[in-house]
Amino acid sequence: MSLTDGVLSLFEDEEAATLDISQEIALRVRNLQVEFKRTKILKGVNFDVKRGEVLGFVGASGAGKSVLLRTMIGLIQPSEGTIEVFGQEFSKAKELRAQLIERHWGILFQHGALFSALTVRQNVQFPMREYLNLSPRLLDEVAAAKLKMVGLPPEALNKMPSELSGGMIKRVALARALALDPAIVFLGEPTSGLDPISAGEFDDLIRTLQRTLGLTVFMVTHDLDSLHSVCDRIAVLADGKVIAAGPMSTMLASEHPWLKSYFRGKRGRVGATM
Amino acid sequence: MSAEALLAVSVHGDRLNVAAAGEWTADRANDLERLVMAAAIPPQSPIKAMLVDMKGVAKLDTYGAWLLERLLRGTRESGVTAEVVGLPEQFRVIVETVHQTAELPDPERTRRRSVADWLETVGENVAEVGKSAALFAQMLGAVTVAWLRVLLRPRTFRFTSMVHQIDLVGWRAVPIILLITFLIGAILAQQGIFHFRKFGADVFVVDMVGILVLREIGVLIVCVMVAGRSGSAYTAELGSMKMREEVDALQTMGFDPISVLVLPRIVALIIAVPILTFLGEMSALYGAGLVASIYGNIAPEVFLQRLREVISLDHFMVGIIKAPFMALVIGIVACVRGLETKGSAESLGMQTTAAVVQSIFLVIVLDGIFAIFFAAIDK
Repeated sequence: MSLTDGVLSLFEDEEAATLDISQEIALRVRNLQVEFKRTKILKGVNFDVKRGEVLGFVGASGAGKSVLLRTMIGLIQPSEGTIEVFGQEFSKAKELRAQLIERHWGILFQHGALFSALTVRQNVQFPMREYLNLSPRLLDEVAAAKLKMVGLPPEALNKMPSELSGGMIKRVALARALALDPAIVFLGEPTSGLDPISAGEFDDLIRTLQRTLGLTVFMVTHDLDSLHSVCDRIAVLADGKVIAAGPMSTMLASEHPWLKSYFRGKRGRVGATM
Repeated sequence: MSAEALLAVSVHGDRLNVAAAGEWTADRANDLERLVMAAAIPPQSPIKAMLVDMKGVAKLDTYGAWLLERLLRGTRESGVTAEVVGLPEQFRVIVETVHQTAELPDPERTRRRSVADWLETVGENVAEVGKSAALFAQMLGAVTVAWLRVLLRPRTFRFTSMVHQIDLVGWRAVPIILLITFLIGAILAQQGIFHFRKFGADVFVVDMVGILVLREIGVLIVCVMVAGRSGSAYTAELGSMKMREEVDALQTMGFDPISVLVLPRIVALIIAVPILTFLGEMSALYGAGLVASIYGNIAPEVFLQRLREVISLDHFMVGIIKAPFMALVIGIVACVRGLETKGSAESLGMQTTAAVVQSIFLVIVLDGIFAIFFAAIDK
């Protein structure tokens, strides 16, 4: 291929097909591999997420959960393997199709990642302004409705992110992730840094919204309570692979040493008796 | 699908029938909003009831649910009963959720622009100038106290830190300072020769360049460069340390941030700037001499001879004595701005800009004060 062809191919794109979000499988990951400086972080990850399901991803610190999440949302380029979002391959998608996919998901970053120069209202409206052509009145009303849905008072609308507490930042970030009524939501450690009561409330909120809006949720977490109360299925990442996947009962019954100490260790017991 | 298909309105006696269909989603919200607005019942109309049939709706998200809610609420507010029928089961939850979230007061946008506003901004800015001056004085005092403490107990001085800072703001700035001042000297000489030549006074360019560079231009250019290069770096460093609570951590461990962070930086600048000024002046004179010999046909020997005649040590001292004071001003402004940084990235950017602008401004003001002073003592 000549250089001009190579440059031109950057601008070509497949027809921006509509994304069929009524499919059974929302996310399909096959043989996903990621390398950093010749160290393999992910060595062939395989899993599916069904539509309307909450999948919790656990693993030891440094096992590659964050890398997996960042790869799934396109921030890291995988060295091999495929990520399909409602049947469309995302990892090789070019601009138009990637945008179509990105339009249908929302991401909650661990520390919120709110734009510090914008108010709460502008943060929530940011994706709406970019993707939808709405009147200012509707923008304001929907932003207020979203904030109420995540349990924030309307006074919060005009605040700056620096004026919010940690729990409120998470809620605003969730409202922003839900701004476009996405089909899939990625949550990066949603309850980390919250006190147990707030964390519990946040779990309930995620569960309620997931049921109301029919969301598919992919969640990376360390919080055993979240795993118990929110997740339909749990997948365990260790040594760059998914070593187990299934509902909580499967995890508790497993004899794998790591799973045993994780789910049935000292900190797991309280949750397990619930 | 046409926009009209989303909402069909028909009148039956005193009842308004509204039939909804299609996709009530974010992507169609714009069309949908127009239709919903159009379906609103005008006041004094004979219509007494509204019936919304949602049977044909295939998709519904928060946007659609909100617009339905808006239609119903607008209708009920104008005293007409409104009812929804045929809402598909899977959408019931979201419509109810949006209905519950709906009774919020719409917070106002603050978008007023009046003379009073304008005056308020002016007043705020004036107060800000006063506050900056107070902070400057406060920091000058704190640095002086820290310095006196160091004089009493020299062992407490962060010598390593200072050497590191000299490396950053002094040694590493040498190439760019040499280059810039060389160019400035060359340009001054070229302009001088070009204009002086008209009345045969070519050789006076040496007087002009010599006096200008040694007294004013050398130190000013170096200070502007240092303010842009090192002052901004100080603000950004201290600002991000402040943002990540490192400054607070230092304080709680019993260290004084002024003597640990600020003093070594300012001392480093006070040492580095005079040296840079000297190097810059030499580089500017070299550039001027080069242009004089190539462009102005003034031989290097003649240039040097003339320079020796017109330049006294006074000229050099007038320039170099300003350097440490300007360094002090740059350092203090940069550190004040850095420590004034609040939690956000935007604040850091604003403070860094303010640091550079303020320090360059103060350097020029200080230069003016020195000019008055030297004129008064005939130097």
